[in-house]
Amino acid sequence: MSTMAVPDVAVAAVDQGFWTRSRKAGLVLLALGLLAAVLFGALATDQQARFTLSEDAAGAALEINGTVGAILFGAIAAAAGAALLAGPPKRWFLPVLGVGLVGFVLSFLCWQVSAAPAGQNFMPLVNILRGTFILALPLIFGALAGVLCERSGVVNVAIEGQLLMGAFSGALFGSISGSVWVGLVAAAIGGAVISLLLAVFSIRYLVDQTVMGIVLNLLAVGVTGFLYERLMQTNAERYNSAPRFSNWEIPLLKDIPVLGPALFRGNIFLYLGLLLVLVIHLGLFRTRWGLRTRSVGEHPTAADTLGVRVLRVRYRNVLLAGVVAGIGGASYTLALYSFTKNMIGGKGFIALAALIFGRWNPTGALLAALFFGFADQLATYLGAINSVIPSQFLAMLPYLATILAVAGLVGRVRAPAADGKPYVKG
Amino acid sequence: MEPGEIHALLGENGAGKSTLMNVLYGLYQPDEGEILVDGKALKLRGPSDAIAAGIGMVHQHFMLVPVFTVAENIMLGAEQVRGGIAGFLDRRRARREVVEVSERYGLRVDPDAVVEDLPVGIQQRVEIVKALTRDVDLLILDEPTAVLTPQETEELLTVMRSLKAAGKSIVFITHKLGEVKAIADRITVIRRGKTVGTASPDASRDELAALMVGRSVRLTVEKAPAAPGEPVLEVAGLVVDDDRQIRAVDGIDLTVRAGEVLGVAGVQGNGQTELIEAIMGLRPVLAGSVTLDGERIDGWSTKKVLRAGVGYVPEDRSVDGLVKEFSVAENLVLDIYDRPPFAGGLALKPDAIAASAKERIAQFDVRTSSAEAPVGTLSGGNQQKVIVARELSRPLKLFIAAQPTRGVDVGSIEFIHSRVIRERDIGTAVLVVSSELDEVLGLADRVAVMYRGRIIGIVGPDTPREQIGLLMAGVTPEVAAEQTAGATDDDAAPAEAPRSEDEE
Repeated sequence: MSTMAVPDVAVAAVDQGFWTRSRKAGLVLLALGLLAAVLFGALATDQQARFTLSEDAAGAALEINGTVGAILFGAIAAAAGAALLAGPPKRWFLPVLGVGLVGFVLSFLCWQVSAAPAGQNFMPLVNILRGTFILALPLIFGALAGVLCERSGVVNVAIEGQLLMGAFSGALFGSISGSVWVGLVAAAIGGAVISLLLAVFSIRYLVDQTVMGIVLNLLAVGVTGFLYERLMQTNAERYNSAPRFSNWEIPLLKDIPVLGPALFRGNIFLYLGLLLVLVIHLGLFRTRWGLRTRSVGEHPTAADTLGVRVLRVRYRNVLLAGVVAGIGGASYTLALYSFTKNMIGGKGFIALAALIFGRWNPTGALLAALFFGFADQLATYLGAINSVIPSQFLAMLPYLATILAVAGLVGRVRAPAADGKPYVKG
Repeated sequence: MEPGEIHALLGENGAGKSTLMNVLYGLYQPDEGEILVDGKALKLRGPSDAIAAGIGMVHQHFMLVPVFTVAENIMLGAEQVRGGIAGFLDRRRARREVVEVSERYGLRVDPDAVVEDLPVGIQQRVEIVKALTRDVDLLILDEPTAVLTPQETEELLTVMRSLKAAGKSIVFITHKLGEVKAIADRITVIRRGKTVGTASPDASRDELAALMVGRSVRLTVEKAPAAPGEPVLEVAGLVVDDDRQIRAVDGIDLTVRAGEVLGVAGVQGNGQTELIEAIMGLRPVLAGSVTLDGERIDGWSTKKVLRAGVGYVPEDRSVDGLVKEFSVAENLVLDIYDRPPFAGGLALKPDAIAASAKERIAQFDVRTSSAEAPVGTLSGGNQQKVIVARELSRPLKLFIAAQPTRGVDVGSIEFIHSRVIRERDIGTAVLVVSSELDEVLGLADRVAVMYRGRIIGIVGPDTPREQIGLLMAGVTPEVAAEQTAGATDDDAAPAEAPRSEDEE
């Protein structure tokens, strides 16, 4: 006969031992912080590291001696790591982790900025922030397209193709009509066409969704490449000179220091992207549409027994995803550049990474996209100040971060349970 | 169906009970015939039509979204919304509705609990509340007691009585005779897709069973007293995690002797699966030891364990026991296909495989069109016989059978049970794991009850069911004694024992 008391068992089943996720993260952070303090501190120079609050070297700035800064911020990161090791209450985990990571990045920047050639030892925060958002924008649209699709249970690997098709049709029809609005609508339709193919083949004909997504990416590259050569290269004037959205300044908000010039003097796509994050987040977790979408992505049979039309919900969401990604593609051709062959260049896949890193959550995807955008912007900046860090290293960051996320180091990443599984009745 | 009636639908597995009810719920379309509600023919194009017609269903496999809260699961499909076209969910109202309904029928559930954290019995309650909030008049319960402890079953029967008192009609699908007799007002017996008779609850168990299978069957397993020999399997201090890295087996000690059947009883999900998989080398052993005939076998590959003389019937035959697309003959040699006489050098020997298949199909009464038929085309019972035939065709020291008769018809159950006992009688140590208490009690010479990863008690097969039921719910005699000592309004003893006539 066993003699143990029942409640003990429950505790034993939940207990994970000393090395909880929080402690592991703390250990890593402590090591990173110490490394930063020692290594970056040693490499930094005594030149001032200036973080200017404007677009150039002028104006107010936050200044700190390079060596002091590198050591100080490294120590802050290490302290945050040590705090996590001590095992604080659960709700402190994310804030403390955030402080630690920011400390590490600042330590790194103090070293880099102070080691720049004399006269270039400044970092214009407005430029960096604006650049981060501009580079993150296609990722935000792409990741939102992923959220819409995958929350309803359809894997969307075709984000790249949807962005590309959106960029292309935006450029083509914008040029022909001479209207940015026609271009915008055409871009949305272009993305939706790729989505429609994805929906029909994966929902109706049960083709493997990942394979279908890859095929659609290749199709989009092929079709737009062909038409680009045939139409746009031969007659760029007519077919590849779309009008562009001008920047809209938002009254009041534009005057906030740093944030104002960086964010509120942007174009329609920036505002639309941020608005969509909010709308999709609220929609997903607060509305009937969201409840049904998530139920279909988690347990379609259960949804079906309650009268939810599983396939209709999936069609609708996949098409919406195409519209969102199509508009994201237009953020290139209707605001920044002319169309060029394969101009998305893998951003669709980084958006997919942002989706996973952000745990299939619109707000998470936004933060992940911004992180990737920042890494991208930093690479450009470091190139400009002749840094010793090869820009390719920073370009690897998104992928590295995603691998770590998927490996479960940033908490358990759980996809919608029915993601990628076609629904067949009976 | 009459209003306020509990109508039991009794039939073997695969008799067509669930299919009939899925048609009634609009999930499947009838090929012929019609459904009448209040005298009017009803055309159901989908579950929403059924719900509109006042028909609700609690499925055998719960239709709940695990990551949703109770309230979210209940409102899904019938959401109350505000804000016009935006359709914001009115959570407060949904929560209130859940509380209201659950109080009215005595089904306590927490609207904000996340479903995957709830025990099975409560999840079932959520399912019932879900149907009730949709104002159904007719509730279909498909095998509701399959996953419940005897105590939870008793609670469910109480709930069913209160629903009946409130004027709801209930269709109660089951193959358990005791429950039917305890609660039903009318019994319809189904066999092979046809109604073969109706009976009143006064009919004897033997009569009902005979109707169900079409001939009279023995309900108990006939066996001589065991003659236990030396210990064959010894498990000491075993610790195993489940797939989610949560402790599933938490320090188990077990001994199985030659010539005895040790039955492991317990509600599903208390570590039985992980225990067996660890013994078979399918799951890493974190601490403790597994010994076979004095030799440590933990850490061995499954192949090596099998070769050491262990026979294994896995709990899920379609996933772990058979390759469905392979023929019966091929499935019969899955464990020894690479050894003589079935293989020579690099090649298989089809003649030897076919000959042995023919012999074993006859020996184990496998009903199949031919030895070459894909095993997936056989009925559940015959698939299970293929596995048993394969595992019992080798000389064994230890035979492990997990859920050996799950989803198997009564005729095959009888056959498989007799083979298990025959194996015991030739001196093999037998370990049977089953969530069917009847099966464990019928087969075992000793019964170990598992609860939350531990053996909470080892008792004889003659122990009263109520006592084992309490053990399955984690209440040891010591704890039970304490509880009754400080007796409150909480009356643990079942008012009516649904299975009182069990040992007749």
